Amino acid sequence: MKASPFQYHRPQTREELGALLTRLDNAKILAGGQSLMPMMNLRVIAPDHLIDINRIPELAGIRETAAGIEIGAMTRQTDVLSSETVRSRLPLLARALEHVGHIQTRARGTIGGSCCHLDPSAEQPAVSAAFDAEFIVSGPNGRHVIPASAWFEGLLQSALGEQEYLEALRFKPWANGHGYGFAEYARRHGDFAVAGGIALLEGDRDGRITRAALLSFGVESSPRRLTEAEGALLGQHVDNLDIEPVIEAARSLEAMEDAHVTAGYRRHLAGVLIGRALKEACATLERQS
Amino acid sequence: MSARYFGAAVTRLEDARLLAGKGQYVDDIELPGMLHAAFVRASFAHGRIRSIDTSDALAMPGVAAIYTMADFEDIAHGPMPPMAPHPLLKTPITYHPLANTEVRHVGEAIAIVLADSRAKAEDAAAAVVLDIEYLPAVSDATLACDANSPRAHSQHTSNIAATMKAGFGDTAAVFAKADHVLTEHFDIHRGGCHSMECRGVVAHIDLLTGALTISTSSQSPYMVRRHLAGYLKRDENDIRVMTPDVGGGFGPKANVYAEEFAVALAVIKCRRPVKWIEDRQEHFVATTQQRGQTWTLDVAFDNDGRMHAIRGRCIHDNGAYAPYGLILPATALASFPGPYALEALDLSLDVVLTNLVPTSPVRGACRPNVAFLLERLADRIARHLGIDRQEVRRRSFVRADQMPYSTGMKARDGSPISYDSGDYVGALNLVLDEIDAANFPARRNEAKQRGKLRGLGIASCVEDTGLGPFEGASVRVTPAGKVVIASGASSQGQGHRTAFAQIAADVLGVELEDVTIETADTAKFPLGISTIASRIAVTAGSSVQLAAHKVRAKAIAFASHQLEVDEHDLELAGGAVHVKGIPDMKIKLSEIARTLSGNTGMPMPGDMEPDLAATAYFNSNALTFAYGANACEVEVDPDTGDIRVVRYVVVHDCGRMINPMIVDGQIRGGVVHGIGNALFERMIHDEEGQPLTTTYGDYLLPMASEMPRIEIHHMETPSPRNPIGVKGAGEGGTIPAAACVISAVEDALGPNGPFIALHPISPQQVVTWLDRN
Repeated sequence: MKASPFQYHRPQTREELGALLTRLDNAKILAGGQSLMPMMNLRVIAPDHLIDINRIPELAGIRETAAGIEIGAMTRQTDVLSSETVRSRLPLLARALEHVGHIQTRARGTIGGSCCHLDPSAEQPAVSAAFDAEFIVSGPNGRHVIPASAWFEGLLQSALGEQEYLEALRFKPWANGHGYGFAEYARRHGDFAVAGGIALLEGDRDGRITRAALLSFGVESSPRRLTEAEGALLGQHVDNLDIEPVIEAARSLEAMEDAHVTAGYRRHLAGVLIGRALKEACATLERQS
Repeated sequence: MSARYFGAAVTRLEDARLLAGKGQYVDDIELPGMLHAAFVRASFAHGRIRSIDTSDALAMPGVAAIYTMADFEDIAHGPMPPMAPHPLLKTPITYHPLANTEVRHVGEAIAIVLADSRAKAEDAAAAVVLDIEYLPAVSDATLACDANSPRAHSQHTSNIAATMKAGFGDTAAVFAKADHVLTEHFDIHRGGCHSMECRGVVAHIDLLTGALTISTSSQSPYMVRRHLAGYLKRDENDIRVMTPDVGGGFGPKANVYAEEFAVALAVIKCRRPVKWIEDRQEHFVATTQQRGQTWTLDVAFDNDGRMHAIRGRCIHDNGAYAPYGLILPATALASFPGPYALEALDLSLDVVLTNLVPTSPVRGACRPNVAFLLERLADRIARHLGIDRQEVRRRSFVRADQMPYSTGMKARDGSPISYDSGDYVGALNLVLDEIDAANFPARRNEAKQRGKLRGLGIASCVEDTGLGPFEGASVRVTPAGKVVIASGASSQGQGHRTAFAQIAADVLGVELEDVTIETADTAKFPLGISTIASRIAVTAGSSVQLAAHKVRAKAIAFASHQLEVDEHDLELAGGAVHVKGIPDMKIKLSEIARTLSGNTGMPMPGDMEPDLAATAYFNSNALTFAYGANACEVEVDPDTGDIRVVRYVVVHDCGRMINPMIVDGQIRGGVVHGIGNALFERMIHDEEGQPLTTTYGDYLLPMASEMPRIEIHHMETPSPRNPIGVKGAGEGGTIPAAACVISAVEDALGPNGPFIALHPISPQQVVTWLDRN
């Protein structure tokens, strides 16, 4: 289990990184390496060049701007999880990160790495999709922003171009006191989830839903927003939500199957978990008085 | 002699070194000019080798040599010798060191590539061009029994390699008069073993002695030496096999492997040191796996739930080769009737060849299977009759007043198997008390309020331990007064040094820290068998005791002569022999050892034999029987099917305990092994024998985060069959654990739920059972 031969590069600046990406063919960016290194050692992939971006300090860090909360692609999961900004303004993200691997892997793993790798069961891309996060990308033509709706192109496939790199994710926090819920099922703590569900809610003074995001992950090849079900929640009262259509929407997805899990069981779980996430979101939604 | 150490939970002498990262494992060995090996392995399960083209690979950078079986023709040829020949296996079914004509499972080694790094060896291995003609494969043992099935070995006329029988009594008559008869079909899935350290071999020719010198991560260094000597037609003395620190064995490392032979042959051929370290992917396809079996059993019982007789048939998935003979299926039959006093038993077992990795004993061998069968049948009977599960057991178990109890079964040498001692009903009663079974309904109700289904499971077992014939030990006092124990019993981390030191230190009146151990080196002790079958405490432990007593007697004789005191008035303490009641009237052991080391021209005092040392081989000719009763509670999430073991209580009796902390560690690890078998570990193959779960992302091992706290209670019924009263403890945690967990899940699913006759079970299966899918 040794990787096939590759050349190792370690740029110190974004400019050097950009130049390497422009110049090199069949290159892979090494962020936290929690998925990439096993894949290389198993020879599932064999890049000719490995570009290690761990020494570019500007790519890490969490800052609040007028446009939202920006989290650098190289920010370690453990730092995102312990960030006061994230915990208070993006509590869903912190909640989800507790399910990402283990303390040891979160110390290395990065939010950008996970969002570029795009395992269908991964929590961070799922949260990004639920928030309609923006992916700030740099490339030969400068910097541009890709919305979450365009980021997910398929199984393990993002919209990132060959010569581009992900600089940061930008989250627009929901209103203070918004409701959030996260539920996933994995066989063991820290495993990739068999399936999961996410819910975000905002409500008015009377407890009526004014905004909703619902998402299933680990079910289809990419995280899947349940947009119709989201719309159906609007105007309903938080104490009296009709959850059944939401569960039904998740159960109707085109679920993947593998050596362990049938599509039927995955759909069943999708329904159970979106239901749990939504109930949790209702419980966390703070009543305005 | 006082028992200062024997029975005390002293800290392990091994741990300071191991925990500080100072262990020396095979991969830590570096030799000058050493080459690194990678194997070219079969990528499909059955095929005929047409040609192997190594020319491109040989030209790659850093590659020193590539060998196939044909390249070894001038050194040795043919299949490897069988480790344990069995009369039912008319021709041995063993590997060639490298496959030469046919490959019979994914992962079988075909060529060995030597390069100056492992990475380069792997690069070159990928460039070896194989022309292999596809042959149909069989991956399911039941299908393999069909006369029209493809053959796992193309030259065989049947996949059934042997049919084994066991039993006693007049089964037909007992069934004819039974109040009830039930028939059940059981499916026990194949799994891996997964010691933390994979296998590994470093070999070289020692320039001083010319000996082929091998360090291998093995449980059986003496078997490697014996069989390699036979294969190479060398004297055993020309081969030295060592096992440095070994990171877990659990059974598979007891085999002698093709890779050990291939590396040895490669060293002889290239005359340079060679290292091969098995990686985890290889481990999934090249290290033996465990106990896939299906059983159909009839059980005869009466209206009170008393079990009277069992009959049935087993299909045993042997995998592609039988390097260890029929040891594994034999343990399945020999594990009956467990704790049950049966009047009759009639079993037939077909050993079936498949195009999968061979199976061999893994912690418990097939004893966990048999515990699963018997305990499931007991639960089934209780359900059928509507009585308590424990009542079936209380009425059916061998009673304490029946000990020693002849089960009706026969040992390998034809002698009757007889349980030496124990109280099986007592153990069951104790475990039910400890888990507070009486108040379980309240806990079930409380769980129900939280939306969880809670179940209580029970399972018992009896385990034969201390398998013969021997492991010897020598005990020697050095001129510094230190005690050195040498033995053929190699350690894989069990704590042999500590346990042996505890025994010897008490006999010789020295401190624990004064005792060191030399094992795992065929040059240090002449004979050894294997560290398997929960046998080392019984065999080597007893030998240490006997040898230490010989040394003690010699020291006393010496002191008696020197002090002119009667031997009966002397005792050993504080590293000296002294007169009872007069500690100052003494001779230090160091002084005795120095004197017995001899002085030029001086006669030995009292005409004594030189050296304060002795060797003993305890003749372990009768098995000792450990036993246990387990109880656990699980909670099932009816929506996701998730199963969580929330409590686990063990009552275990392994006779006298040398070190209760080590015993607890063995049991705790063993239980985790069993929970893994019940709930997590699933080695999936497709119909063509292609393994689908060869990473730890797909093959789920039990992890600490999912494990309950495991409470352990001991009963201590000394075995009368060895001088230290011990029984083995290495496997007793595993044997009933899967049965116990499954019993609890079944209980959680309630009276309308299924009778669960398979494992592992999955959350998906649970949801299906609950009909919520």
